[in-house]
Amino acid sequence: MAANVTTEDILRISGVNPRKCMKCGKCSGTCPAYDEMEYHPHQFVYMVERGQIDKLMQSKSIYRCLTCFACLERCPRNVEPAKLIEAVRLAVIRQQGMNHMTENDIPALLDDKLPQQAIVSAMRKYKK
Amino acid sequence: MTYSYYPGCTLKTKAKGLDRFGRLSAEALGVQLEEIENWQCCGAVYPQASDEIATKLSAIRALDAAKGKGQKLLTLCSACHHVIKRVNHDMQTDANLRQKANNYLQLETPYLGEAEVVHYLEMLRDEVGFDNLRKAVKNPLKGVKIAAYYGCLLLRPSGVMAFDDPECPRIIEDFVTAIGATPVIYSQRNECCGGYMALEDKPAAQKRVDAILKSAKDAGAELIITACPLCMYNLDANATANVLPVKYFTELLYQALGLEGKEGE
Repeated sequence: MAANVTTEDILRISGVNPRKCMKCGKCSGTCPAYDEMEYHPHQFVYMVERGQIDKLMQSKSIYRCLTCFACLERCPRNVEPAKLIEAVRLAVIRQQGMNHMTENDIPALLDDKLPQQAIVSAMRKYKK
Repeated sequence: MTYSYYPGCTLKTKAKGLDRFGRLSAEALGVQLEEIENWQCCGAVYPQASDEIATKLSAIRALDAAKGKGQKLLTLCSACHHVIKRVNHDMQTDANLRQKANNYLQLETPYLGEAEVVHYLEMLRDEVGFDNLRKAVKNPLKGVKIAAYYGCLLLRPSGVMAFDDPECPRIIEDFVTAIGATPVIYSQRNECCGGYMALEDKPAAQKRVDAILKSAKDAGAELIITACPLCMYNLDANATANVLPVKYFTELLYQALGLEGKEGE
């Protein structure tokens, strides 16, 4: 991945200030996708601050966030980790040819009851 | 009172019941819902990045339509409510978005966040009133133990959504009481159902759903209700170990108001 995305890029896209974090771990403690992630919400916060953006961009963890806003609501310092995860994901999928899923993948995933809302959500989260 | 009504894509397709029972019940309660013209899909997920603009335009168009009619904008789907309410908040507080969105949309008068977004449940609580709803109930659902499932999108982030206490909400329980049933409080009622992860990682969604349904069942629930089509899908289609009947809250409202069998069904 040659994108050379910097900490400053992620902070600008997300609007987050990771230095507010006091490392209490509540974001990861409350995350319903914790078990599904290689890097957990609290790790996004310090890895972005330390400039380890490439590792995060290459990890499937960026597609595991459910955007349930639990970390964001329950953070005592209002750091908003979910916005960092979204910014790293956008740094990936905004590049040419880096969609995580496209409309061509959808027919194989459909069942009778699947609501349109799920498909629209996936297209907003996974492709540009 | 007359509201502008934004149904959203899923209420026209897989969640027709949520829409139809909601419309018929509102009518019976003396609340007029006027569907706004030419509405577009809200996008289903709120764009969190500070530099996203195009993905917020459809919500702004809906908000401007309600403003033009001088009406509050009523939503029913949790996701639509979340996206439209938060985009409206952005239009009120983010001068950069306000300028760029208005430059693009070229509306007759710029949209500056004037509309008010109201969820159907808020309409029941604040406009109709749960006391009046109780009086309008003809067919109380006596003795039914109902778990209210809030999920994420109605409650969080609470600073913007201002829907209810994000950790100890009561609006759906108050609704359940008003229609004559018994609300069941359980720990997972405001935790995520797995959302769109159902597409890519079904087992992960199943794990979430099992935790929610187990929590509700352990508390004695016989039925679980929701306002969200994606929660409905997960709680229904991705339940494995624990199974509970899942309904939209509007269907119970419709039954409690004694509307079943009417309206030429």
